Amino acid sequence: MSPVLRAFAARVTGLAISTFARFMTAPRAIWLGIEPIPAQRIYFANHSSNGDFVLLWTALPAPLRRRTRPVAALDYWLTSPLRSFIGREVFNAVLIDRRPEARAEDPVAQMVAALDQGSSLIIFPEGQRNSSDAALLPFKSGLYHLAKSRPGVDLVPVWIANLNRVMPKGEVIPVPLICTLTFGAPLHVEPDETKDTFLARASRALLELKAPT
Amino acid sequence: MTPPHLLWLLAGVGTILVLASVIGEILRVRLSPAGDNPVVENLNARINAWWVMVICLALAFIAGKPGVVLLFALCSFAALREFLTLTTHNRADHWSLVACFFLILPLQYWFLATDWYGMYSIFIPVYAFLLLPVVSSLRGSTKDFLIRVSETQWALMICIYCASHVPALLYLQIPGFEGRNVILIAYLIFVVQLSDVMQYVWGKLLGRTKVAPNLSPSKTWEGLVGGTLTATAVGTALYWMTPFSPLEAAGMCLLITVMGFFGGLVMSAIKRDRGIKDWGHLIAGHGGFLDRLDSVIFAAPIFFHVTRWVWSTT
Repeated sequence: MSPVLRAFAARVTGLAISTFARFMTAPRAIWLGIEPIPAQRIYFANHSSNGDFVLLWTALPAPLRRRTRPVAALDYWLTSPLRSFIGREVFNAVLIDRRPEARAEDPVAQMVAALDQGSSLIIFPEGQRNSSDAALLPFKSGLYHLAKSRPGVDLVPVWIANLNRVMPKGEVIPVPLICTLTFGAPLHVEPDETKDTFLARASRALLELKAPT
Repeated sequence: MTPPHLLWLLAGVGTILVLASVIGEILRVRLSPAGDNPVVENLNARINAWWVMVICLALAFIAGKPGVVLLFALCSFAALREFLTLTTHNRADHWSLVACFFLILPLQYWFLATDWYGMYSIFIPVYAFLLLPVVSSLRGSTKDFLIRVSETQWALMICIYCASHVPALLYLQIPGFEGRNVILIAYLIFVVQLSDVMQYVWGKLLGRTKVAPNLSPSKTWEGLVGGTLTATAVGTALYWMTPFSPLEAAGMCLLITVMGFFGGLVMSAIKRDRGIKDWGHLIAGHGGFLDRLDSVIFAAPIFFHVTRWVWSTT
């Protein structure tokens, strides 16, 4: 396929996927602590479903969406030609390898490189889908290292509610239910803040959006 | 073929909306030049949403039976999505919920489109009522079982069954009224929604005594009486486009406006219990589909059956 045709197919597929996401979840974005303006940001969200980044991407206004790239697992997205097309070309994902022993590139370096190109990022600091009873799994350290490398970029917590009810793990057909995405006030790492304090603070900031008052 | 009376009604609604838009704009310039008066901003959002809703309805009317059935099937879908977001269910109900959206909803509208009255009038109250709990029970979770299946059934009755009685009006056979049934739908929606709007207007102007302070702060006796009487008066004046005599039209209008009011009250009680203000967010200024349709949903089956019983030959 010619590159022009592939790019067109990617746009159409992206539109089809986000239209489907809207049909199923009528996503509602609540901008609680920050405005939807086109500034460079790292959106970090809870992760309970494979549809999380699609929904977050869909809920962003179009000018923000165009420059926002999800960070996703290479070991999932490169397993078939279709997934690879969706991951790489439709969503322009930053594909990182979760297996330290197998990887050729450092994930944080890859994310920093994407930031330096002017992109915003969507990341899931829990590192895997949460199917436990706990609201959040402990955060991986990537978020801290990323914040430390580019301290000027806003870290925006986003709580995604209800998507795990739309598509519980192991089900094949989704149920249409309304999902809400709450965007909180941006965080920055303090100069003398340790990794653990920062990750705990980020996790708390995300949890506080779960039931906003 | 679009009946001429329908065009008159649409032209009338169009005129009301033009007037409302002009008044909204004057209020905005006078009271909310910086967009900081929430009442005026909400009023204008509501008026703009009314334009969209009336245009969608008019397009469906022009497209005829398939258009109207499809429009209400989509409304049922959006309403069900709002309702089931708030009901109690767990993973064991996944397949029953999938069935609500992708089996029961299309089937109900299919029975309607094929004019199978004996089926669409009992499909949800009998077959869905008996079979859906079976699907949930097969997954083995007993936690809150009765609450889960009852709330799902309630969602089906409100969002699919009752709502489908609006397009069902197209299939009545009223001697001397052939080819004009779409007027019944336009008339029902117009009178009920006018009553809602006039309850809001009278309530804002004169409202003092709350009907049910625990349920809704905005529903007052002054608004209720003013709204239903205004809508009944206008509906009676429009008797010539319906199969009803003036007196019958007045009775029907009173019936559907009062049912519409109770619909709003019942749906408010549910929202209050679940701690929300609106069912959804897709209709700017109004909330969700259910916020706008609650009164029509309660009025439609009664209007349908009374009309069928007294005037229709089917």
